[in-house]
Amino acid sequence: MESEEFGDLLANKKSDFHQDHHHNDTFITKYIFSQDHKMIAKQYLITGVLFMGFIGVAMSLLFRLQLAWPEQSFAVFDIFLGKWAPEGVMDPNIYLALVTIHGTIMVFFVLTAGLSGTFSNLLIPLQIGARDMASGLLNMISFWLFFLSSVIMIASLFVEAGPAAAGWTIYPPLSALPQAQPGSGMGMTLWLISMAIFVASSLLGSLNYIVTVINLRTKGMSLFRMPLTIWAFFVTAIIGVISFPVLLSAALLLIMDRSFGTSFFLSDIFVQGEVLHYQGGSPVLFEHLFWFLGHPEVYIVLLPALGITSEIIATNSRKPIFGYRAMVASILAIAFLSTVVWGHHMFISGMNPFLGSVFTFTTLLIAIPSAVKAFNYITTLWKGNLQFNPGMLFSIGLVSTFITGGLTGIILGDSTLDINIHDTYFVVAHFHLVMGISALYGLFAGVYHWFPKLFGRMMNKNLGYIHFWVTAISAYGVFFPMHFIGMAGLPRRYYTNTAFPYFDDLADINVIITVFALLAGAAQLIFLYNFISSMFYGKKASKNPWKSTTLEWTAPVEHMHGNWPGKIPHVYRWAYDYSKPGHEEDFIPQTVPLGENEDITEH
Amino acid sequence: MIALITGMVLILMGIAIWQISNIYKLIQNKMGKEKDDSQIANEKDNDTQGKLMFAFLVFIYLVTIYCFWAYTKVLLPESASEHGVPYDRLLWISFAIILFAQTITQAVLHYFAYKYRGINNRKAFFITHDNNLELVWTVIPAFVFFGLIIYGMVTWGQIMNFDDQDEDALVIELYAAQWNWKARYGGQDNVLGDANVRFLNDFDGRNSVGIDSSDPNGWDDIVVSQEFHIPVNRKVIFKMRSQDVLHSAYMPHFRAQMNCVPGMITEFAFTPTITTADMRMNPDVASKVERINKIRYDNSQELIANGEEGLEPYQFDYLLLCAKICGSSHYNMQMKIIVDSEKDYNKWIQQQPAFSSIMQ
Repeated sequence: MESEEFGDLLANKKSDFHQDHHHNDTFITKYIFSQDHKMIAKQYLITGVLFMGFIGVAMSLLFRLQLAWPEQSFAVFDIFLGKWAPEGVMDPNIYLALVTIHGTIMVFFVLTAGLSGTFSNLLIPLQIGARDMASGLLNMISFWLFFLSSVIMIASLFVEAGPAAAGWTIYPPLSALPQAQPGSGMGMTLWLISMAIFVASSLLGSLNYIVTVINLRTKGMSLFRMPLTIWAFFVTAIIGVISFPVLLSAALLLIMDRSFGTSFFLSDIFVQGEVLHYQGGSPVLFEHLFWFLGHPEVYIVLLPALGITSEIIATNSRKPIFGYRAMVASILAIAFLSTVVWGHHMFISGMNPFLGSVFTFTTLLIAIPSAVKAFNYITTLWKGNLQFNPGMLFSIGLVSTFITGGLTGIILGDSTLDINIHDTYFVVAHFHLVMGISALYGLFAGVYHWFPKLFGRMMNKNLGYIHFWVTAISAYGVFFPMHFIGMAGLPRRYYTNTAFPYFDDLADINVIITVFALLAGAAQLIFLYNFISSMFYGKKASKNPWKSTTLEWTAPVEHMHGNWPGKIPHVYRWAYDYSKPGHEEDFIPQTVPLGENEDITEH
Repeated sequence: MIALITGMVLILMGIAIWQISNIYKLIQNKMGKEKDDSQIANEKDNDTQGKLMFAFLVFIYLVTIYCFWAYTKVLLPESASEHGVPYDRLLWISFAIILFAQTITQAVLHYFAYKYRGINNRKAFFITHDNNLELVWTVIPAFVFFGLIIYGMVTWGQIMNFDDQDEDALVIELYAAQWNWKARYGGQDNVLGDANVRFLNDFDGRNSVGIDSSDPNGWDDIVVSQEFHIPVNRKVIFKMRSQDVLHSAYMPHFRAQMNCVPGMITEFAFTPTITTADMRMNPDVASKVERINKIRYDNSQELIANGEEGLEPYQFDYLLLCAKICGSSHYNMQMKIIVDSEKDYNKWIQQQPAFSSIMQ
């Protein structure tokens, strides 16, 4: 209790500070170098999701065209790839570069920074009842470091020899030696610098989220009254702080190998007629370091999406989320286990086979809390009164793809079965469904649901419906057949599959996949249009359009410094009192004190 | 010019979407007795979307059924290695479990979405948790996974913990480089001589896998490219090396894969059980080859019509592919594997020149 009061005091003190300076905003401090968490959330949304997302998705469409109609000439290649598509035919090196940058942008820039950056920033202060983040300045620096890293990543597309092309996992020696591929020159240097800055940005952001959640909760907001969104963002930030520094160290060692002649990851190499001096390093060490971040990264991407979905499914089912404590326990279990499963990416890397058994064990363990979450979502729908707002559709879509994609993880997580499907399209189908599409659905759900909070206007629901259904059908259309070409033995990251007559009968399937991918891409234009037009011309939102219980909907629609005029609201109940018997309305906001004869909800 | 046209197309697409939304508004104005532009789902939306959710379940089922019906024929044929048999069994057991879970959970998810679509003035059933239920759906997956883990670990152990010193086994080195494979046999003594990338430039660069000529074990070694032969029903221990970047030796028909890592030697072993000749007779393989040749024939007609050369007809062979991104020609790093009878293998290997012939 003591700490809560202290937090309250701190927060109120902050409010005085904010009110003093309320009128000194210039254009620059309000829209550009803003320290207000709501503005920073919008900056992340527009830079991370709309801008970087557009580029990431567009790249995938380019290489999908090449895969469906290999080595054909396309006008779009001529326009966007220029010298890398002589006569409109894509070059193999730029194909690998597109695959690499698509992966990098989608995983880090869109689904890590875009997703966490937007919703952690927007919702943590608003849902726990704080005036702002613990440190507005660090928060601002975090965004601008992210912006800088985005600029460097985009700039790397324009260097002479092309951008990084060693896959988003940038395994050395391929990524270390410019002699091995042109993308490993300046392009890779910029990639590494961009990611180093990205890690710094991510760490500043995560530390801020953790400190804010621990210290700035309003009176009455005990840990087990927090909405699941906050639990998810909080735990995600912790995983980020634990694992991102390891990526930084891997990147630094790689920079040293590349530029200063060290041999951390390199040994016994002969390339372009020359024996290199490197001795004693091991690429397997890099794989360990990379995946020590890389696997938790999957959950850094996914947990916020699951948190968002928990909130939206409960609100739109008009029911408490089923098994709140089980959900929290699952988040914690997933977070812990996510740091001890990285080896399942390396079953056949040459590491000791005994480790393979260990990682198979931990990997299948992590399936248990994941299954619990899926069952809890489904049971939340049971006997609800479902309101199919676009956010709700995307949330249900997430549960669907999370199950479909998660189940094939049982196959890939088994070291034995991994032998023959490792690095085939089966893997691509699996992780796109379970973390790519699922996290994107969570992101879309969040945007539709909190758009009124972000911009004070509603998004068009009918366009939202079209967006969802076209995307949902295309997503399965793309990734379901992809499992089969993987099980047929087709390795991923092949520029064309025509070099092997054995794969000739997979060409038709590749065409189908590309057609669905193009359709999915087109559907995102509907979203983009809806987003931009609603930002300016959307219907003005009311204060609490979805009749939700959480604190952010008690704040005024017009954004203001410090979030609430007057005192910070206090909290008297958990976040999920929907359809509680004995009440007229089907929701009771957290700020409403217990009624005279009302029992506190056991959860 | 093309940029201008692209720009125009984008603008027109924008206008099209804008018009579609206008049409929606018009329809709503016409249809709705009172205009509802709150942009919040109403009873009608709930009804439509709930029904679409059910339709989507049907869609998922249809896609699943279609894929299995249409694409089972492209999958790998029966395993040509001994350990591939338990591998395939485990794969299909896992698949059965997955499909079962998928069918049930998707059904429940989408059925609930349809069944409980919102109706005005109905109140949802208030329930917060049920510990027994949580226990049930924690324990059941735990047991299923436990079974799979045990099965997987036993199989994994059998595959990976082979006897390195097995005298009867044939030792072959698979040597990866950008972008080709080579295979090295131990020769008469079945022992591979020491090798290192430092020796690659020896003998005017003809020492293609870098054998150390000071190690007598290497003098009788045999290096081949394009294709390598192995005798049926004899265990083969593969030692993988790479000369430049990471590669992965992937032999899908034998359910075998291992990365090739510069600076270290990795290992994998299997016993081939079906000769290339027999595999070509396998009905699945025969029909696949027939289909592929039909496709190639059609493509050839098109090529010939354009004045280009037609494609050669295809004949089945086992493959060694690279499955780890390794640069621009990653997509075309291949080697043929021929599984021979013992007799044919011996005949073939005797015709191959030993390293000593290069040393002179």
